[in-house]
Amino acid sequence: MKIIKTAQAGAVESSDVLIIVAPNTEGGIQIELETKSVIKKQFGHQIEKVIRQKVEELGVEDVIIKAQDKGALDYTYRARVQTALERASR
Amino acid sequence: MKNNVGRDIPEYIENYGPVKPFEGASANYGDCSRVSVNLRSVKPGESKLVETMDEVLDKVGIRDGMTVSFHHHLRNGDFVLNLVMAAIAKRGIKDIMVAATGIFPIHEPLVGYMKDGTVTGISVGYIAPGPVPKAISKGILKKPAVLMSHGGRPRAIESGDAHIDVAFIAAPTADSFGNMNGVYGKSACGTLAYSVSDAQYADYVVAVTDNLVPYPACPIEITQDYVDYILKVDSIGDPGGIVSGTLKVTKDAVSLHIAELAAQVIEATGFIKNDMSLQTGAGGTSLAVAAEVRKFMIEKNVVGSFAAGGITGYFTEMLKEGLFRNIFDVQCFDLKAIASLRDNVKHQWMSGSLYGNPHNKGAVVNNLDVMILGATEIDIDFNVNVVTGSDGVIIGSSGGHNDTAAGSKLAIVVTNLTKGRLPVVRDKVTTVTTPGESIDVLVTERGIAVNPLRIDLIEKLKATDLPVMPIEALKNLAERLTGKPDPIQLGDQIVAIVEYRDGTVIDVVRKTLD
Amino acid sequence: MSHNRSMLIIPGNSPKRLQDAPVFNPDILVLDLANGVKDEEKDSARLLVKEAIDFMDYERVQIVVRINTLESGFGAKDIEMISCVNLTGLMIPHANVEQIQEVEQILAVVEKETGLEQGKIQLFPVIETVKSLEDTSAILSASRRVAGAFFNGDGLAKELGITRTQDGEEILYARSRVAMACRVAGLDSFDTAYNDVNDLEGLEMDANQTRNLGFTGKSAINGRQIDIIHRVFA
Repeated sequence: MKIIKTAQAGAVESSDVLIIVAPNTEGGIQIELETKSVIKKQFGHQIEKVIRQKVEELGVEDVIIKAQDKGALDYTYRARVQTALERASR
Repeated sequence: MKNNVGRDIPEYIENYGPVKPFEGASANYGDCSRVSVNLRSVKPGESKLVETMDEVLDKVGIRDGMTVSFHHHLRNGDFVLNLVMAAIAKRGIKDIMVAATGIFPIHEPLVGYMKDGTVTGISVGYIAPGPVPKAISKGILKKPAVLMSHGGRPRAIESGDAHIDVAFIAAPTADSFGNMNGVYGKSACGTLAYSVSDAQYADYVVAVTDNLVPYPACPIEITQDYVDYILKVDSIGDPGGIVSGTLKVTKDAVSLHIAELAAQVIEATGFIKNDMSLQTGAGGTSLAVAAEVRKFMIEKNVVGSFAAGGITGYFTEMLKEGLFRNIFDVQCFDLKAIASLRDNVKHQWMSGSLYGNPHNKGAVVNNLDVMILGATEIDIDFNVNVVTGSDGVIIGSSGGHNDTAAGSKLAIVVTNLTKGRLPVVRDKVTTVTTPGESIDVLVTERGIAVNPLRIDLIEKLKATDLPVMPIEALKNLAERLTGKPDPIQLGDQIVAIVEYRDGTVIDVVRKTLD
Repeated sequence: MSHNRSMLIIPGNSPKRLQDAPVFNPDILVLDLANGVKDEEKDSARLLVKEAIDFMDYERVQIVVRINTLESGFGAKDIEMISCVNLTGLMIPHANVEQIQEVEQILAVVEKETGLEQGKIQLFPVIETVKSLEDTSAILSASRRVAGAFFNGDGLAKELGITRTQDGEEILYARSRVAMACRVAGLDSFDTAYNDVNDLEGLEMDANQTRNLGFTGKSAINGRQIDIIHRVFA
């Protein structure tokens, strides 16, 4: 899957996450997670891992992903990331 | 050394002293004594009225290293602490210990005083999340802060463990001889319960009022025989911050479900009966539990003996309905509670000491049947944390938590299983506030766990179809949803000491790294 | 538990509601990809519901997904995505005989391809148009997968341009028709939801009324309604 434009999915609402994806001209997978410090310290690594896994599963190689988190669980990340990537590849 | 709840604490802490480790909730009962008080007697004809704050500070001989105290009945609408501290700081005084019964975001100027050395020590019974605890967590305060409970603080004062040089008591109503009450005046806040020990044991007691009334200022909660000076100011607080609008029962479906489960636990374990007593926190879910218990009480025609605690309008309505004979009030949360305290003889105040001091001849918590508590974290040993977030940042102190948990016959923690992404049930809590032996039941929306020590409760709940499960199962369910949290790195420096109600150290808080 | 008494319908695009729903112990949990989701978010909701079914603690509830109609263009993709996870059934809005049969054909193919047990996924048609009301019996027998019907009074009111009232007289015939047809067919019937979530007394009266018409269950739009529905339809 190739990312050809900017797209987003999800929302900045309790238990959700707003995922914004954009093409990465410099190449590679770049992930930026914005969330409460108490979540980042305990789950930051796990969240990045989940995002990366979904990106790789879809065969995306060059993308910038920004996540504005409001306490979303892993399954929400998987869904929102996939939706955003698919929207960005259409 | 490891204390009774398995926490690693040093034997001696710099700027605190030798550590008495927590040895169990019932470990320190027996012979106690109260400290004696030196005072200056007042002759007939002497006036206690003082014109300005500066005069007050002169008269009490304010100097470096003193301990000054304040109460938090004006909550986030309090002006007095900031007023007094500004005047003290202006004189270049240093090394002050602020012994506040509670600290709120409005007390933010304390951060500046912490940084410039005006304030080097802080002790509280309660602290709301905000700039002051954040600063303490960062290590900005020179001495470790002491986080006590509502019952433990008067214990410390009465025993002499904590000495107060000057108590500044914000008084919504006062007369020229120092009689005070909190039920009248534009800044009315209800009871002044938390300031009673300060009034009785401080070297100097100053009433700060914005409502000086003709003598005598009845009904009198703190009497003139304890008061040295009276200072009138324009305003002691902002009514909007003192009381919220009437706190209402939550409408959130999940919170209501938790409340229903908790009420069913109370019923199934046989606590809905005549002469029962009940206390809850003031949050939406806690009040919802009260609402559900009320339904059971009406259905079974039960009249309770008393409701206690921080009191909201909801409980005053139950009093009016005749569901309880009386209310014991240690803090008024809304206007209805204030009015009820003022007008209804069945609603009476209780000092912090009467409420929860373990070293007197029996506190009200000893008579309490059912207590509904919150928790930031709870672990598989049922230890509860209300002091820090999972990142180690200070967001509270015990307040009445470990007092009521120790005294009550049925202590129930009600909470969501997860708060956003964060699991509430853990292997080990970040900071212990209340020991597991005092916590009987955990009620979450996804299941109920009973402390294995309470075989009697386990038996009674077996006969119901309530979702009872081992606490490990709840922890696993939480982690299934959130994932297993990575451990947090904290610094070595001890920034706060969590004192159990008997003055022993149940845990310490270390500096957050950023 | 003998029959399905309650059906909690929640918007499929809300993680918070997906996570809170099982707590209320509804017999059936309906994850909505149709009415409760805007067109621009239907792709998002579909993926969220699929991931949720795989992940959440839904062990004690039966999961039904309300898909979009095939005509809308979204329905086929819904079926494709959702049928590969473990669920009890699909709810078909604006149900008619042709649609039910088309969905059945798609399901048969999907079940074969994914190696699922044939005929396992049930169907719950929504009776919410005048035509479907007239054809209720035919719809119920259009496929062996049909396990029950949901009467949506709001849909019918919209089509007829009428206003719903507290006592429901304007939908009385429609309710009776659906309840009777389901009885004859030996299937579960679910009445339309009571829309005022704060009025629990009104809900109880409404539920009692529809049980008296012969319904075997009722739908809910808020967890607080479930306990009362279970009591009435015990």
